[in-house]
Amino acid sequence: MTLPTRDDLIDLVYHEARVIDEGRFDEWLELWAADSYYWMPLDYQQEDPKNMTSLMYEDAFLRKLRVERLKGLRTFSQKPKSRCSHVLNRPSVEAFDPKAGEFVTRTAVHYVETRLDDQFLLAATVHHHFEMVEDELKIKLKRVDLLNCDAAFGNIQLFI
Amino acid sequence: MTMKYKDNPQAVADLVRPAEVHRDLYIDDEVFELEMKHLFASTWVYVGHESQVPNAGDYFATEVAAQPILLARHTDGEVYVLHNRCPHKGTKIVIDRAGNTGKFFRCPYHAWSFRTNGKLLAIPLKKGYKDTGFEQSEAGQSGLPPVGAVKNYRGFIFVRMKQEGISFEDFFGGSLSSLDNMIDRSPVGKLEVAGPPLRYMHSCNWKMLVDNQTDTCHPMVAHESSAGTAVEIWESLEKDENTKTPMAMEVIAPFMSPYEFFEDMGIRTWPNGHGHTGVHHSIHSDYSAIPGYLEMMAEAYGEERAKAILGENRHNTVYFPNIMIKGPIQQLRVFIPLAANKTLVESYIFRLVGAPDMLLERTAMYNRLINAPTSIVGHDDLEMYERAQEGLHCQELEWVNVQRLYEEGEDLDLEAVENGTTERQMRNQFHAWKKFTVESMEAEARDLADA
Repeated sequence: MTLPTRDDLIDLVYHEARVIDEGRFDEWLELWAADSYYWMPLDYQQEDPKNMTSLMYEDAFLRKLRVERLKGLRTFSQKPKSRCSHVLNRPSVEAFDPKAGEFVTRTAVHYVETRLDDQFLLAATVHHHFEMVEDELKIKLKRVDLLNCDAAFGNIQLFI
Repeated sequence: MTMKYKDNPQAVADLVRPAEVHRDLYIDDEVFELEMKHLFASTWVYVGHESQVPNAGDYFATEVAAQPILLARHTDGEVYVLHNRCPHKGTKIVIDRAGNTGKFFRCPYHAWSFRTNGKLLAIPLKKGYKDTGFEQSEAGQSGLPPVGAVKNYRGFIFVRMKQEGISFEDFFGGSLSSLDNMIDRSPVGKLEVAGPPLRYMHSCNWKMLVDNQTDTCHPMVAHESSAGTAVEIWESLEKDENTKTPMAMEVIAPFMSPYEFFEDMGIRTWPNGHGHTGVHHSIHSDYSAIPGYLEMMAEAYGEERAKAILGENRHNTVYFPNIMIKGPIQQLRVFIPLAANKTLVESYIFRLVGAPDMLLERTAMYNRLINAPTSIVGHDDLEMYERAQEGLHCQELEWVNVQRLYEEGEDLDLEAVENGTTERQMRNQFHAWKKFTVESMEAEARDLADA
């Protein structure tokens, strides 16, 4: 079995951000393991994604729904489409345990989203948890902690 | 600014016709100021839930009628609703949204302190006010002034900002049955706020949100992109008889129900602007049973009553002017008007005390799938509001139409149940808007004339 290197983890974090920025959302869906979640907590240091409200807690079905919706002819809030840009600090490897299959990175991210004349900036700390699926590194959990998670937002349309 | 509406109750009354309303109701800054001063001050407005301030000294800060307000739990166990403003220089006493202040509030500017019921407790160097007539001043008499009236209805706290006015019972009347049903869904008849609210900023008028709660002709159009796509994906997946419909599909798919579904579900209206969709059934009717829940309810209430409570599937109940509740999933949204074109929406979810956690899981899922700033369902609603907020500046057309299933001579002071696609509830809201705004303006004019 091939084992990932630390650089593989870091490269995948950068790759994922680039795929989103370039709007290659079908490719983005392929980066995930089958039983995986994209989680954006509502509360600082939130522990429970199920019995408390989150901004997002999305499995494969809901991620696919988002991606298919973005292509829809009657997706009115995406006419015109939003665009985004990620600026990533170099990810740090927080856990690297091939025996236990535990791989975790932490990345500081500045995210800019724009549509029409509006543009906004969000800062976040992102933790990626990876797993090996048939010799390929996949995202198992992506946790996005917004710096201002308790602020009132307008529409956040894409993926941080 | 030319004062077109101030001191002119007739001009304000003329904005509401039986089946259409003037665009200034949504876009005019002067109208916004008048509705904060008159409508929001004269009616009973929801502020918060007592579970947000469980212990003595707990407080919670919010905004009512464009004024800073705080709720505090006093040592006598009562919840006091006070103006969040130091009587000295105007400093807001608390600026964090919630916390515990201990035995008293202390102004961070000059250390004036107040009991948690608002009474002035102490002023540093008080001798400096000796022989100054301080006791007769506004600052010397006020403390943190209470709002006009407070009602704690089974844990839900409402206020009337004015000292005098319609009673809580007269204002809400039969509409309290929706709140009762939501609370009775707990086997011990008690709800608790679960976690912080979603906060969603809308660049539109607050009434667009309230109108939308009983607009049953938009889901299959505006939400085709989310609910329609969900149904398509689900249908394309390989399934067998053991495939369980995921909770997310149960939540999102009914938004794509056909017009007939919404026509048949019915809308009920009550006097003073309150009403609800989902008289016979609703988008919440076909959720899977939660294991063990019905048994708990039957034990608490008896089987017949338990079934009656759970058989109600009211969709959206509007408590005019500022909240909507969803009984079957224990959710409450507060519409906090900030300006004619700016509204903060806070979405709270409740735990049914004594009921299985899976109910809360569904509630939390509903909240994030439908009402979050990251929700693909909410995105298209907000898009429509914002397009309307801009479109209404068109000079060529002045009126917004709410005529669907209107009949001449409609009596909005009577409770009624009608076809679920009627705009009667919107007309009901505007009728109440006009009544309370204009009555208050006329009362102010009389007071000025008497003075």
